[in-house]
Amino acid sequence: MRQNNSITQEHTRRSKAKADGENAFKVRLSIRTALGDNAYAWDTNEEYLFKAMVAFSMRKVPNRETTEISHVLVCNVTQRVSFWFVVTDPLKNHTLPAVEVQTAIRMNRNRINGAFFLNDQTLEFLKIPSTLAPPTDPSVPIWIIIFGVIFCIVIVAVMLLILSGIRQRRRMSKGPTEVDDSEDKCENTITIENGIPCDPLDTKGGHINDAFMTEDERLTPL
Amino acid sequence: MEKARPLWANPLQFVFACISYAVGLGNVWRFPYLCQMYGGGSFLVPYIIMLVVEGMPLLYLELAVGQRMRQGSIGAWRTISPYLGGVGLASVVVSFFLSTYYNIINAWAFWYLFHSFQDPLPWSVCPLNSNRTGYDEECEKASSTQYFWYRKTLNISPSIQDSGGVQWEQGLCLLLAWLVVYLCILRGTESTGKLEQLANPKAWINAATQIFFSLGLGFGSLIAFASYNQPSTDCQKHAIIVSLINSSTSIFASVVTFSIYGFKATFNYESCLNKVILLLTNSFDLEDGFLTASNLEQVKGYLASAFPGKYSEVLPQIRNCSLESELATAVQGTGLSFIVYTEAIKNMAASQLWSVLYFFMLLMLGIGSMLGNTAAILTPLTDSKVISSHLPKEAISGLVCLVNCVIGLVFTMEAGNYWFDIFNDYAATLPLLLIVLVEIVAVCYVFGLRRFESDLKAMTGRTLNWYWKAMWAGVSPLLIISLFVFYLSDYILTGTLQYQAWDASQGQLVTKDYPLYALAIIGLLVASSTMCIPLVALGTFIVRCLKRGDTPPVA
Repeated sequence: MRQNNSITQEHTRRSKAKADGENAFKVRLSIRTALGDNAYAWDTNEEYLFKAMVAFSMRKVPNRETTEISHVLVCNVTQRVSFWFVVTDPLKNHTLPAVEVQTAIRMNRNRINGAFFLNDQTLEFLKIPSTLAPPTDPSVPIWIIIFGVIFCIVIVAVMLLILSGIRQRRRMSKGPTEVDDSEDKCENTITIENGIPCDPLDTKGGHINDAFMTEDERLTPL
Repeated sequence: MEKARPLWANPLQFVFACISYAVGLGNVWRFPYLCQMYGGGSFLVPYIIMLVVEGMPLLYLELAVGQRMRQGSIGAWRTISPYLGGVGLASVVVSFFLSTYYNIINAWAFWYLFHSFQDPLPWSVCPLNSNRTGYDEECEKASSTQYFWYRKTLNISPSIQDSGGVQWEQGLCLLLAWLVVYLCILRGTESTGKLEQLANPKAWINAATQIFFSLGLGFGSLIAFASYNQPSTDCQKHAIIVSLINSSTSIFASVVTFSIYGFKATFNYESCLNKVILLLTNSFDLEDGFLTASNLEQVKGYLASAFPGKYSEVLPQIRNCSLESELATAVQGTGLSFIVYTEAIKNMAASQLWSVLYFFMLLMLGIGSMLGNTAAILTPLTDSKVISSHLPKEAISGLVCLVNCVIGLVFTMEAGNYWFDIFNDYAATLPLLLIVLVEIVAVCYVFGLRRFESDLKAMTGRTLNWYWKAMWAGVSPLLIISLFVFYLSDYILTGTLQYQAWDASQGQLVTKDYPLYALAIIGLLVASSTMCIPLVALGTFIVRCLKRGDTPPVA
């Protein structure tokens, strides 16, 4: 009698775990993709671990602390490896609503992944979307920092060049008056650049500087 | 006392300036595209023939004119004949248009360069959607590199009519690009010498066009550069060197580009295969790792026969992965640089390093060409006594850069890329052909080929080879006329002009017609430079008639 009962119990439980049930979830594992040569074979012991992890996740949900491993049913295991699972409540004899299971799995996804050395892409719960890790956004975008550095360098270089240009022009326009002043003074400090005294190279009062011959004179004018 | 014209410190500086101007982005993104479209290696035949018959003679002509007249483009052509001042003016106008839109490319290169210092590269991953369960929809439909280009960089609007606002990030990069250009041209000449299918008629036309624009003829930049030369410089040798280096850079860039194409095609082909494998593995619950690229076809056949119902369900989703179709996608222009190359780079090891190097190279090429463009505008301005007596050189350069920068902000708007394409396709193509045609006719027939020849001999001390004379007087003008006629008829026959707009909902480009005002602006672009030539000639003629009318002829 008792044997018949347990068989029928098992049968009813199995029928609840049928694929496409509204509270059932399909799980897909890609062990070889994730681990390559270190891949382990999927057998009933690994299934037992899976059931334990699901039961563990359900226990974290308030009001479900009494979930046992035997309440989790797994069926339709394929070579892929993929299977369907469902969590039952034997006291009320129905399957737990999908929303509860979904929340439980999502909150403990990392632990479940870790138990099997897999990640969100290789251990897939179809219909349970995983929360993707947001990219780390620094408070100031990196590109603005680099932009600021280059911008400041260029501005400084422009300023330097403009200032030196202005200074050069001022020196050139002051040049003839300084020559006149120095002629009055008894002691001339002759500025020497590159070993050549600058004095003979300065334009003196209206003479054409032979060092610069205008090119137009060499060509036949039109 | 006449102020002496500034000179290049040595001929090498001049050569480098010319090379840096001629070798530009077109060598990287236009020439490899043309090679791929017109038969690969065999495109080199029309290219080299056009180089020898059209490119070198015209380059030599422009350098010789600049060196002989010792003035920028406006002054040089006015010296040849007062009626031809319009040619120089047209060159300046075209250069102005070019410098307005060209520097936005440098702004984009800066943007990508600054974003290369991150791990992972921002164009290698899609951003998450609002509830963090998946990736952004537009990014999923297109690809992460396309998303980064069209959404993050351009923030492009769906059509040219929706202008949107100015993107401040692009505006900042544009400002930086102009500051860098200003820094380089600030000191004038001394600082610009920086280190720098055969039967198909379309193949020949494209070879001719590519040589023409690649060497930068007709903008007045080469005349400007050459005007700072010592009169005795051997510009014939330089013309040959510059054109050869420009072409070899193009060919070298193609080799690199083709290897990048190959890498990208292989990578995409393999990921396509992996997607198909995953799809089949999941649909039929096959053992993980059982399906590989080698047994894919076999297994597909087996599945089709064993589970026909389920297989026909899955069939629409299975893409036919083909390496050939991946290789056949040829892209040119900004699409090549900012989408295809970044896609290839993101899959390489040490991608940050390659990214930084690549965009730095783009920047060097772009800024080198910008210096030539701004020289074409600045040289006539600084030559003119009116302007240079009132403003110092730094102020003129600053003003030109500022005006161009402000106008360039149009290209940072959301519809900016569409306006960029308009300027890129129409501002320079037709007008330049006309300008160079008038230049060559002016030198050979108005100034006189014999007179020019004797001037060149007096200047450089070398006799002009018969080859150059034959090219200048006969072959090159005929070639340019035929190119001009071809393009004109092509534009007229095509009817309404169309453009490619980015559709965010589909994640791809769609073809749209230009609105009326855009067509009007295109017409204005072409007319404003080409009309300079006849208008100035007419104006000079009228002024002369009036003068002759005022003073009666002396008996």
